[in-house]
Amino acid sequence: MPPPVATRRLQSGPAARPVVGLRPVSARRPVAVAVGALIGAVLLGVSVGPADLSFTTVLRVFLAHVPLLHFHAGVSRVDADILWQIRLPRVVLGGLVGSMLAGGGAAFQGVFRNPLADPYLLGVAAGAGLGATAVIVSGSDTSELLPAAAFAGAVAAVALTYAVGSTVGRQRTTASIVLAGVAVAALLTAVQTYLQQRHSQDLQEVYGWILGRLNTATWSDVVLVLPYMAVSAVVLLAHRRLLDVLRVGEDEADSLGVRTARVRIAVVAAATLGTAAAVAVSGLIGFVGIIVPHTVRLSTSSSYRVVVPVSMIGGAAFLILADVAARTVQAPAEIPIGVVTAFVGAPFFLFVLRSRRAGRSVT
Amino acid sequence: MIDLDDVAVRYGPDMAVLGVTEHVGAGEWVGLIGPNGAGKTSLLRAVARLVPHDGAVRIDGVSSGALGPKRLARLVAYVPQQPELPPDMTVGSYVLLGRTPHIGYFGFETAEDRGVCAELLECLDLAPMVARPLATLSGGELQRLVLARALAQEAPVLLLDEPTSALDLGRRVDALELVDTLRRDRKLTVLSAMHDLTLAGQFADRLVLLSKGRTVASGTPDEVLTEVNLAHHFGSNVRVLRSEDGELIVVPQRTRTSSRA
Repeated sequence: MPPPVATRRLQSGPAARPVVGLRPVSARRPVAVAVGALIGAVLLGVSVGPADLSFTTVLRVFLAHVPLLHFHAGVSRVDADILWQIRLPRVVLGGLVGSMLAGGGAAFQGVFRNPLADPYLLGVAAGAGLGATAVIVSGSDTSELLPAAAFAGAVAAVALTYAVGSTVGRQRTTASIVLAGVAVAALLTAVQTYLQQRHSQDLQEVYGWILGRLNTATWSDVVLVLPYMAVSAVVLLAHRRLLDVLRVGEDEADSLGVRTARVRIAVVAAATLGTAAAVAVSGLIGFVGIIVPHTVRLSTSSSYRVVVPVSMIGGAAFLILADVAARTVQAPAEIPIGVVTAFVGAPFFLFVLRSRRAGRSVT
Repeated sequence: MIDLDDVAVRYGPDMAVLGVTEHVGAGEWVGLIGPNGAGKTSLLRAVARLVPHDGAVRIDGVSSGALGPKRLARLVAYVPQQPELPPDMTVGSYVLLGRTPHIGYFGFETAEDRGVCAELLECLDLAPMVARPLATLSGGELQRLVLARALAQEAPVLLLDEPTSALDLGRRVDALELVDTLRRDRKLTVLSAMHDLTLAGQFADRLVLLSKGRTVASGTPDEVLTEVNLAHHFGSNVRVLRSEDGELIVVPQRTRTSSRA
């Protein structure tokens, strides 16, 4: 009986040719495409608005701000201010928020190996909601306190979820953390709803915050959240290889020498920091963390080396475009941006589920 | 190479393994056999430190508890019974996962890591499918791929949980033949849970028969695979035959006489 193919090849000696193409999936091309989309979204975002600014005006103002170039914009002061002080901070903040929500969603889907995980999974939204509501109903000056309260509420909620979830049972920790997240979110939402009902005169303001908004964006908001978001982005990007290892499950990742619990806590902490900063300045914008990473997976690769960076860039582009829609569809009125993202998001859920049935991996 | 000293595994109040003491020498292939629930998988998982255990597990003389996870993964490679195979991960990416214990926390694969994997793919006949998603591979190809990932760890100890359960008859022999060749070429120590007793007898140097979490027989296949042992611990009638070239053949038999007679 001849030996089986594989062993025959083995016995024939070490004539191994280098295998061409033995490289992890490259993110270069998808990143380039996403950067292109982001540039387009930024240009559209600053060009569209009630004041009619031509595309050349936009370009001239941008060029005037390039250091060392000494370009004189030659546009009116008002136009320059509208662009630089009103539209650009809004676009930049929208981009940062979208980037954090999408990157956080991708990371959560990776560590929890759950396609429907989003950055709000562990109670960020409920915690931020309670913090924001408490400030609004207290009648104090909201502009100063609200972001801080929302941020603190979000971080505290996730810390509580983690503390409860990781102490319940040794096995299946991810499942118990997710369940703890559900419980914590329910509890905090109940408190928030109670506060809201007791102070129904503030209902509209609370509601407006919950639906998400970027219309009050200023450069100081950008400066406020940028450090948290930068740390978050760097940590999440640094974990993209390890998120790929987690795709074979916690057990096998452990047997490959990965401290999965440590990876999970690092990723959750980083994603929470970025998401909490995002909701602190923009309110609760839903679905971005689901739609964007899944679109990236379906159109490029499900390797986190691609999904994490491309979701971050694509999430920025997506939210900037969603904001353009939010302020143009019913102009001069604005639709809450959360409504726009949900309007795209709900049909997308069905799309994701359909492709899941077709055997594509979704985490 | 592997020393087990009174190893016990419990899941809450339930004991899966009750004090197993065993020595697996360097380069040896020891097969764990026994009925379902005998504790084979739990014992393997204890050696891989995937379940907490009592007693001592020493790898190459070092207590496994004293080893960091990376060092342990460079000594012990574990192939579970049903490995998780992300359907759209490529063959190349999957094998590279095996290099994880050699890569720093924030690091990425080097040319050396790729070289090790390239050689393995070549030697396991998987090189032509390096860019294919796992969903497109056959059962036999997946089996070789999973082995390739384990070998990429370059660990001297290979733990295999039912390495052939998903394969048809011919592929089973191929897979075990491959493990045997690899172990001789690479001087590996193999501890494997085995379902097919005939193949276990043909491939393993020694067999350990577990029942209800205890070692009930241990020794050469000839010593362990006896009709009395198997009837007692598998609770069924078996016949142990010997082929013309001296191989043991284990054949299960119906307990009742056939009604079709």
